[in-house]
Amino acid sequence: MLHLARLARLEIPEAELERVQEQLGAILEAVGKVAELDLADVEPTSHPLYVVNVWDEDNIRPSLSREAALANAPDATDGAFRVPAVG
Amino acid sequence: MTWQPVIGLEIHVQLKTQTKMFCRCENIWGEGENTRTCPVCLAHPGALPVPNGRAVEWTVKLGLALDCQIADRVLFHRKNYFYPDLPKGYQISQYDQPLCVGGALTVPRPDGDIRVGIVRAHLEEDAAKTVHVGGEAGRIHGADTSLVDFNRGGIPLVEIVTEPDLHSAADVKSFLQLLRQTVVELSISDAEMEKGSLRCDANVSVRPEGDPALRTKTELKNMNSFAFVARGIDAEVSRQIDVYESGGEVGPQTLHFDPQSGSLSPLRTKEEAHDYRYFPEPDLLAIEPSEELVERMRAELVELPGARIRRLADEVGFELAEGLVTSGRDALYGEVAGDRRGVANVIMNQLAGASVPPDSVNPKELSALIAARERIPRSAFDEAIQKTGDPDFSAEPYVSQESLADADSLAPIIEAVIADNPSQVEAYRGGKEGLLGYLVGQVIKATQGSADPRVVNHLLREKLTPLG
Repeated sequence: MLHLARLARLEIPEAELERVQEQLGAILEAVGKVAELDLADVEPTSHPLYVVNVWDEDNIRPSLSREAALANAPDATDGAFRVPAVG
Repeated sequence: MTWQPVIGLEIHVQLKTQTKMFCRCENIWGEGENTRTCPVCLAHPGALPVPNGRAVEWTVKLGLALDCQIADRVLFHRKNYFYPDLPKGYQISQYDQPLCVGGALTVPRPDGDIRVGIVRAHLEEDAAKTVHVGGEAGRIHGADTSLVDFNRGGIPLVEIVTEPDLHSAADVKSFLQLLRQTVVELSISDAEMEKGSLRCDANVSVRPEGDPALRTKTELKNMNSFAFVARGIDAEVSRQIDVYESGGEVGPQTLHFDPQSGSLSPLRTKEEAHDYRYFPEPDLLAIEPSEELVERMRAELVELPGARIRRLADEVGFELAEGLVTSGRDALYGEVAGDRRGVANVIMNQLAGASVPPDSVNPKELSALIAARERIPRSAFDEAIQKTGDPDFSAEPYVSQESLADADSLAPIIEAVIADNPSQVEAYRGGKEGLLGYLVGQVIKATQGSADPRVVNHLLREKLTPLG
């Protein structure tokens, strides 16, 4: 549970751990229902649409200006997003 | 005990499409930071990716060149991890249904071909570029920071994974050079390691020669030149052998090779990096490459560089053949007349040394220059080589020059050199034969390079050896 929370960068207060665990368990159980069916002959569904090969021509479209790109950055310097050191 | 290195590679190649993989921002190198971004590649909420059709085609083309099967049905997956170079919190990549699987690249080596299996080649998006800033900025803000440039974020990237079929750093270097040249000739990437458009990680282990079992491997990350890849692998192979021979065990590790010190240090891994929680990208539909597409790409393939190395090796030896082909100079070699090995040498040594682009050379003029090489002054030849790339280069003014080979004209110059270098002359007479080369050099220098070295050599030897 804590491992999952850490991977998702979620902070779960200790008091709520049990409740979240129960909820997650319920979700897994619901999804697990599918495993009760005989699906030997069914292809895994990765997408609900039966459409394939949707892509775009390789033609340039205008990008955002640097100012617009950086407008939402909590911190920016020298035209770049600034973040805590990542080594 | 003899140890056998076992090496597999993961290579990333940036495709030189006009636009990025999932948005139509320009794919360009070296422009101002964060000037090629949009809501898709900055991961603004609600922005949806649209694949680049050309990137799909080019990956199919590369797969065919590597003798891979092109999959009937291909999916994009999300590879989840948190890192500032990845604004979505995941990279769109391919997982269990990649575009190309099960190929091979056959690499000529001096002692025969080696076949390197290709496990897969799949399409993904590049991460943004981060630059670590320490020093002043760090002090002012109380901590070091990193700067992120999203121009690189989202550029199409092909990841190629090989079987562990390589057994020395030299094999690896030949493989990489051949793969690079293949990609360049397919016109799908610049594949320049210094620019990061070709990147290589190596999985390295060693085992007792003849033992079929594989031992624990370590991963060497992001070595940015062919020479560093080779040196990094050599260093890691010796380290592992030392560990085993002193009774230890090699543990799984990710290592960074520092070319300055030649040392390997454990890399701080992206946290929990092994737990990527892949799942199918719901924002993208499957790709089913049509037969028409595959055949259209197959029709674009030309003779691949490996076959050309093998052919040329018979004429000029393996080393020159590999050099000519993997530097893209073999077409010029084929058009220049003259002794094959001599032509190859001039192209690979003088011409490459003068950084003359092979496409700019007129083969007829170069043939004329090479034919006159022995007859004309060295200085004229060298000067001509520098100019062979000029659009209006003509060999004529150079090949019409004669070396200064006339004994009467050379005599006073030789006298002067002997007079100016009494100690070298004495040492030569005392048996230091090697000093003759130095004295010959002095005479040639005094004639601004026009003296014929063979004649000078002969005259000096005569002069310095007492008769009788």
